[in-house]
Amino acid sequence: MPQQEPQVRAHNMDEVALGYTAEMAKAEASRCLNCPAKPCVQGCPVKIDIPAFLAAAAKGDFKDALGVIRTSSLLPAVCGRVCPQERQCQKFCTVGKMLKDVSKAVAIGRVERFCADNVEPEKTACAAPTGKKVAVIGSGPASVTCAADCARAGHAVTMFEAFHKTGGVLVYGIPEFRLPKRIVEKEIDGLKAMGVKVVTDFVVGKTRKLSDLKKEFDAIFVGTGAGLPKFMGIEGENLIGVFSANEYLTRANLMKAYIEDKAATPFWHGKKVAVLGGGNVAMDAARMALRLGADEVHLIYRRSEKEMPARIEEVHHAKEEGVVFHTLENAKRILGDEQDRVRAIECLKYELGEPDASGRRSPVAIAGSEFEFPVDTVVVAVGSGANPLIAATTPEIEVDRKGHVIIDEKTRMTTMPGVFAGGDIVLGAATVILAMGEGRAAAAGINEWLKNS
Amino acid sequence: MTKILKKTRLSENVWRMTLEAPLIARERLAGQFIILRTSEEWSERIPLTIADADPAAGTIDIIFQTVGASTKELSLKNEGDCIADLVGPLGKPTHITDYSNAGRKGWVVVVGGGIGVAPAHPIAQAFKAAGNRVSVIMGARTKELIIMEDEMRRAADDVTIVTDDDSYGRKGLVTEPLKEFCEMSPAPDEVVVVGPPVMMKFAALATKPYGVKTIASLNSIMIDGTGMCGGCRVTVGGETKFVCVDGPEFDAHAVDFDNFIKRLGTFRKEEADHKCRSGLFG
Ligand SMILES: Cc1cc2nc3c(=O)[nH]c(=O)nc-3n(C[C@H](O)[C@H](O)[C@H](O)COP(=O)(O)OP(=O)(O)OC[C@H]3O[C@@H](n4cnc5c(N)ncnc54)[C@H](O)[C@@H]3O)c2cc1C
Ligand SMILES: Cc1cc2nc3c(=O)[nH]c(=O)nc-3n(C[C@H](O)[C@H](O)[C@H](O)COP(=O)(O)OP(=O)(O)OC[C@H]3O[C@@H](n4cnc5c(N)ncnc54)[C@H](O)[C@@H]3O)c2cc1C
Ligand code: SF4
Ligand code: SF4
Ligand code: FES
Repeated sequence: MPQQEPQVRAHNMDEVALGYTAEMAKAEASRCLNCPAKPCVQGCPVKIDIPAFLAAAAKGDFKDALGVIRTSSLLPAVCGRVCPQERQCQKFCTVGKMLKDVSKAVAIGRVERFCADNVEPEKTACAAPTGKKVAVIGSGPASVTCAADCARAGHAVTMFEAFHKTGGVLVYGIPEFRLPKRIVEKEIDGLKAMGVKVVTDFVVGKTRKLSDLKKEFDAIFVGTGAGLPKFMGIEGENLIGVFSANEYLTRANLMKAYIEDKAATPFWHGKKVAVLGGGNVAMDAARMALRLGADEVHLIYRRSEKEMPARIEEVHHAKEEGVVFHTLENAKRILGDEQDRVRAIECLKYELGEPDASGRRSPVAIAGSEFEFPVDTVVVAVGSGANPLIAATTPEIEVDRKGHVIIDEKTRMTTMPGVFAGGDIVLGAATVILAMGEGRAAAAGINEWLKNS
Repeated sequence: MTKILKKTRLSENVWRMTLEAPLIARERLAGQFIILRTSEEWSERIPLTIADADPAAGTIDIIFQTVGASTKELSLKNEGDCIADLVGPLGKPTHITDYSNAGRKGWVVVVGGGIGVAPAHPIAQAFKAAGNRVSVIMGARTKELIIMEDEMRRAADDVTIVTDDDSYGRKGLVTEPLKEFCEMSPAPDEVVVVGPPVMMKFAALATKPYGVKTIASLNSIMIDGTGMCGGCRVTVGGETKFVCVDGPEFDAHAVDFDNFIKRLGTFRKEEADHKCRSGLFG
C-alpha cells in the first residue's frame, strides 16, 4: 500500500498509509481463492463474510462489498486501519499459509479500508419508535456500536461522554497519523443522523449517578473503557518529564497541542525520549515523540520483538521512522537533576526464561546488568486498567479483582438489572474490533431485555 | 455551551462568574471543582473550584485569577456570552466532620491564601453548617488582593486577615496566626489550607509539631479530571495519588510538597510562550 516516505512522515501528523487506488484494491481482492471453508472468517471477531466482500471488490462492486462488511461491522474505516490483522483474519488466510508468510496473505484489512473510504454507506434505517429509552455511557467503539444497534431497533438513545469530544480512545489515544479524526467524526455524525442524542461533558458517577440515570432510562450500556494509566512503580516516576502515554497522547491528539501557534494546551518538548512498553500504545507514543520534535526515541521492552503485542505494521513503521528498539531491557529507575527534571534512565538487561501461563516466555532480569543513558523524557506505556469511576459510585455493579465489570456471558447484563456493559471495561485493554463486537452483543442483550420488559 | 450569567471583578486580576449549570449545581458539594474550556477547537481544559452554587437557580460560581493565557481568555468573556465546555462536579467532596463533643463545639481553622480564599469559602460554610466553630485566616500580599471578606465574615465565627506588606489586618504570613491557634488549649480539631503551594507547604510545617490534623487542597496540572491521564499525580505518604479523583484534598503532613511544586512548573516555559503568542498580555 502506498505510504508517505519515512523521513517525511516522521515530521508531520498526516496519515502514514495512503490507501489503495481502485485498481490496487481490485487486484488485491482478486488474490482471494474464495476458499469454501472460509478460514479467514474464524479469525475475524465479528465474522465478516470476507470472501463474499472480496469477491464483490474484485469485480469493482465496492458498494456491494461495503454492504457485506457493514452487516457485521459498523466501523470498517477504523478496523481496516487498526485491526491487528496478522493475528486475526489474515492469520488464517490460505494464501498466506501457502506462501508461508502471513504478510503475504490477502490484505483483507486494506481492501476493507478502501471500500469504507470510497463508498458512501446507505443511510441506516431505524425501526418504528418503541418508546423505550437507552443510555449509552462512553463514546468509544463499544458504545458507538451499541448505540447504533439500539437506535436501529427503534429505541431512543442518548450517549453520555465525559470528554468534550466523542470517540473514546479513537480520538484521544490513537494518533491522527494512524487514524484521521475525520473518520471518527463521520461515524458519530452517522449516529446523530439516526437520531442518537449525544451529550458531551457529562461524567456518569459525578454529573449524575448511574442509579439516577436508571430512573430515566429503561436500559443502560456502560462502555467506559480501560482508561486508568498504569505506572511501573519505579523510582523517579514522578519526576518532571515523565508522562503516562495517555497524558502524552491526549495532549497531542485531543488537545492538538502540536499546533503550537493555535492550541492553548502545551506539550513537553523532549529531545531524547524513552518509551516504556511494546504495545500499540507504546508505538504510538514513540512515533508521536518523533513528530513532536524529538531527536532520539528509544523504545524499551522487556521481552523480545516476537512477543511485542503491537501490530506488526506499526512496529515496521516505527523502525522505518527511526525509533531505536531496545528489546530484552527494562527500566529500573529514572534519574533526575537538581530541578527534579529527568536526566537519564537506568535499565536492566533481560533474558527469556520458561514460558508462563500465557504461553509467552517470561523475561528474567540479568543481575548486575544495569546501565544508564541520558534522556529528558520518559513515556510510560505499560498498559492501563479499568476505569473505576462507575464501579466506585455504583455499588450494585460488581467488578472482578482487576476492576473489570462482570457481565453475564449470555445476556450481557451486569449485576445491576437493566444495566449492560462491554468493551475494554469488561475485557481489559483489548482491541477496537473486540470492543465493537462487545457493543453489538450488548445491544442484542438490551433489545431482548426491552422486548420482555 | 454554557452561559455566563454574571461577571464581577473582585480585584485587579480576580474575577467572579456565575454560570448556568443546573446539573452541577444540584450535585456539587464543598471542595469539588469543574473543568472548563472557554472556546471550541483551541482552548485548554482548566480546573477551577466551585466557589458557590445555587441549586434552585441552577447556577454555580467560579472565582479565578488571571495567571496565564487560558484564565485571561476566560476573563475577556462577558455576561451573556457562552463558554464552550463545562464538566463537573469533579473530585471528592471535602470530608466534613462535626467535632463537637460533650457540650464543647468542634473547632476548625480554614486558611485561605490569595485566590485560595475562593475555594476555602464553601469549605468554611460546610464545617460551620455541620456544627463546628470556624475560624478563618485569610492572607494576601496586599490589601487590594483580599477577596470575599464579607462572605467569609458571614461564613465564619471569626476572621483573621494578614497581609505581607501590612496594608490591611495583621502584618505577616498566615502561618503566624495559625501557630498561635495551634498553641491554644484545646488546639483546633482540624486545619484546612487552600492557597499557593508554597503557603500550603509552610502551613503544613507550622501545624505538624502540634499534631493538628491538616488538610491541603492541591491544584495540580490537569487534563481530563477523571483519572485517565495521571498528569495530576502527587506523592502522598510515599504513594502516588491522582489529585482529580483521589483528591483534591489530602493529608498535608503526608504530601511531598517539593515535588508537587516542581511538577506544577512542568510547562512553565511553554506557558510563557503561549502568553506572548496569545497577544492577550500587552
Ligand atoms: C494509544 C492506543 C492505541 C491503540 N491502538 C490500537 C490498534 O491499533 N488496534 C486496536 O484494535 N486497538 C487499539 N487500541 C485499543 C482500542 O483503542 C480499545 O480497545 C478500544 O478503544 C476500546 O473501546 P471502548 O469502547 O471499550 O472504550 P474507549 O475507547 O476507551 O472509550 C471509553 C469512553 O468512555 C468515556 N468515559 C469513561 N468513563 C466515563 C464516565 N464515567 N462517564 C462518561 N463517559 C465516560 C471515556 O472518556 C471514553 O471516551 C489502542 C489503544 C490506545 C490507548
Ligand atoms: C482542583 C483545582 C482547583 C482550582 N481552583 C482554582 C480557582 O478556584 N481559582 C483559580 O484562579 N485557580 C484555580 N485553580 C488553578 C487554575 O486551574 C490555574 O490557574 C489555571 O489552569 C491556569 O491556566 P492559565 O492558562 O491561565 O495559566 P498557565 O499559563 O497555565 O499558568 C500560568 C502560571 O500558573 C502556574 N500554574 C499552571 N497551572 C496551575 C495550577 N493548576 N495551579 C496553580 N498554578 C498553576 C504555571 O506554572 C504558571 O506559572 C485550580 C486548580 C485545580 C487543579
Ligand atoms: S474487522 Fe478486522 S479482523 Fe475483521 S476482517 Fe476486518 S480487518 Fe479483519
Ligand atoms: S482464507 Fe484468504 S484466500 Fe481464503 S477466502 Fe479467506 S481471504 Fe480468501
Ligand atoms: S487530570 Fe488526568 S488523571 Fe487527573
